[in-house]
Amino acid sequence: MIRAYRTPIVLGVIALLVLVLFGLIGSDGDSTFRISTSGDFFTVPDLVLPSRGTALVLGVVLLVLAAGAALLVRRGRRVPVWLLAVFGVLAVLGTLSWAIAGGTLPMTQLLQGSLALAVPLVFGALGGVLSERVGVVNIAIEGQLLAGAFSSAVVASLTGNLYLGLVAAAVAGALVSLVLAVFAITYIVDQVIVGVVLNVLVVGLTSFLHSAVLDSASNSPGRLPQIEIPLLAQIPLLGPLLFEQTLIIYLMFIAVAIVTFALFRTRWGLRLRAVGEHPQAADTVGINVARTRFMGVTLGGALAGLGGAFFTLGSVGAFSQEMTAGQGYIALAALIFGRWNPVLATLAALLFGFARNLASVLGIVGSPVPSQFLLMLPYVVTLIAVAGLAGKVRGPAAAGTPYIKG
Amino acid sequence: MSAVVPPVEERDRRDGRVSAVVREIMSGSIVLSLAAILLSFVIGGILIAASDEDVQETSGYFFARPGDMLGAIAEAVGGAYGALLRGAVFNPRGDSLGEMLGPISETLVYATPLVAAGLGVAVAFRAGLFNIGGTGQIVAGAAFAGWVGFAVDLPPVLHVVVALIAGIVGAAFWAGIVGILKARTGAHEVILTIMLNYIALRLFDYLLTTPVLQQPGTVNPISPPVSVDAMFPSIVGRLHWGFVAMLLAVVAIWWLFAKSNLGFKIRAVGLSPSAARTAGINVGLIYVVTFAIAGGLMGIAGSAQILGTERTLTGGIAGSIGFDAITVALLGRSKPFGVLAAGILFGALRAGSRTMQASEGVPVDIVLVVQSFIVLFLAAPPLVRAIFRLPAPGSRATAILSRSKGAKA
Repeated sequence: MIRAYRTPIVLGVIALLVLVLFGLIGSDGDSTFRISTSGDFFTVPDLVLPSRGTALVLGVVLLVLAAGAALLVRRGRRVPVWLLAVFGVLAVLGTLSWAIAGGTLPMTQLLQGSLALAVPLVFGALGGVLSERVGVVNIAIEGQLLAGAFSSAVVASLTGNLYLGLVAAAVAGALVSLVLAVFAITYIVDQVIVGVVLNVLVVGLTSFLHSAVLDSASNSPGRLPQIEIPLLAQIPLLGPLLFEQTLIIYLMFIAVAIVTFALFRTRWGLRLRAVGEHPQAADTVGINVARTRFMGVTLGGALAGLGGAFFTLGSVGAFSQEMTAGQGYIALAALIFGRWNPVLATLAALLFGFARNLASVLGIVGSPVPSQFLLMLPYVVTLIAVAGLAGKVRGPAAAGTPYIKG
Repeated sequence: MSAVVPPVEERDRRDGRVSAVVREIMSGSIVLSLAAILLSFVIGGILIAASDEDVQETSGYFFARPGDMLGAIAEAVGGAYGALLRGAVFNPRGDSLGEMLGPISETLVYATPLVAAGLGVAVAFRAGLFNIGGTGQIVAGAAFAGWVGFAVDLPPVLHVVVALIAGIVGAAFWAGIVGILKARTGAHEVILTIMLNYIALRLFDYLLTTPVLQQPGTVNPISPPVSVDAMFPSIVGRLHWGFVAMLLAVVAIWWLFAKSNLGFKIRAVGLSPSAARTAGINVGLIYVVTFAIAGGLMGIAGSAQILGTERTLTGGIAGSIGFDAITVALLGRSKPFGVLAAGILFGALRAGSRTMQASEGVPVDIVLVVQSFIVLFLAAPPLVRAIFRLPAPGSRATAILSRSKGAKA
């Protein structure tokens, strides 16, 4: 009985928290959201809101949404994803208006930074989706990202061509996942073990080569130029965010669209998913299970590797040891939180990037929320998701199980 | 109460996989392990040679004078592995016997947390569970042990014992969360442990900036030093009594699986949860208990870090021990004395790699490469057998061997 109402209850508790903590006993003062930047088409004035009043209004709206969710459950319907999304955005806004009371929050920078932090997560999660949808658990996303970061820096430096660096990143990611595929599919080694070991191996190899071989000539690739799309780039807020970015970020948007379309709208995608859900059945209708799995895992690795290039070519412009710093595991979290769906996983990755960027922005604004708790967010929400406290999360049925033809 | 029982069919679907993993980890011969280790050192040697400047230089005229390049390779690889041995086992350049044998104690210092943590992974493996949560559990153990060490006032011997127990209990509690969540919701422990690792790390980072753990009068995230009473006393040089605690843990885990009823139940669950449930074993409870024991062992590792070598808590207290422990458990085939041997080997690699970097300029990271190749090869016996042309189990030679063994029994 209570189980069915879990989602509305969780929503209600959050709504009450916003209402009471940030509204009733919140802080006085105005919260300023800066929306425009100097290069914009037209200027949108700063949004100045009284902190406590905003939280009060938002808290009430959140309560209404939670009540709506309860009503839907009572009628035997599921709580739709859009309701959860709207709820999430409003809850974040309520928290923000409290956290920055008396200060100014530059929205464009906040969202731009969030997107940048989310790029490797999106690629990593997409790569994970492809791999796990064909039935191979991919713990090695971290290793694929790191391999991509390393080889993109080296190849771009040695050839002087940044775009060859991108290709090299995809190849490196694909190679790492090929090792995963060979061990998991051909030698039927446990996929989690191979994934964990591959991560250690890639850290070891890249760190070793970084100290022993790389010098300033082979590790100074530079950064990808920003490509500005005329006119569109001058829209306030959205322009700098979506239309004034490097090639990798445009590739990311394209990749999300292609993976989603290919998985759910093509015969190829149907085969991929069939192999991940029920390999015996797929085999019976003539699908080559091993080959399909190899393809899915390797393609996924190539995508993750491409994401790794963002660490070097897309942001700092040089490789350093262990520069992925656990982002692969956050990508894994995004993949699970996004229920193995490319679009939802992308949204989860964006949310996680936002949380991480918020941690550093609020640190500058000077807010009462310790940054460590914002950094913890991806892991906590994923934990809640897999523990089924807010709706059941289910992965591909055959993920983790080798298929032995026989 | 039906709400807390995960769907039985979902668990049983994994049965086949879990028991296969347990069997794969537990079986395999010593020959295979040695072959995997040898092969990995060869690969490490190739990397060392390839990145050596003399070798690169002489390779330019390899066909004119091949001896030059071979000599350079021998010098690079021999020098590196010689330094590894000097730093890990025996230092002939020492002035006294104590100095010559000093490296062994250094190896054991590194091995202490590795073996304890390796046991923490191994115990979980025996129940068919992956414990990737070593990092978080070690952090929890170190934080509890460290806090007792600097914030509580106790008489000498008692202090270190209480601190160690606090470390064990704290880590067991943190790991127990995984067991409870898995038992109640059926969530996969790999995801749970990975997430809890990062939650523990962030929580720890936070506590290091609050008066709970932070050293008064500093803005750095660092704790006060543990009081001298709470530190493991030295046995010889840097080697401390945490080593003995670790050995006791090895014996205790051996006893658990060889003699005790609980160990039998854990193994039964590892081989087949559904069969164990049919036999009347409370599988969920075994998951919780197993994770608590695994966490307790991680707590010994964390305590060995803070009370044995580090003395102050910092963000990097767990290092990479939690992940290294997985390789230790795999190399040790999840058997207590196997884990001990594997941990000492990897401890030796750690200790020796310092000397190797200092005297030969070979980056310590080579150890990670060798270590992960060892496990990759171990995990894929057919690959190693193919390389060394070893017979496969079940082939004629081994069939005869096992039959004669069976006849004797």
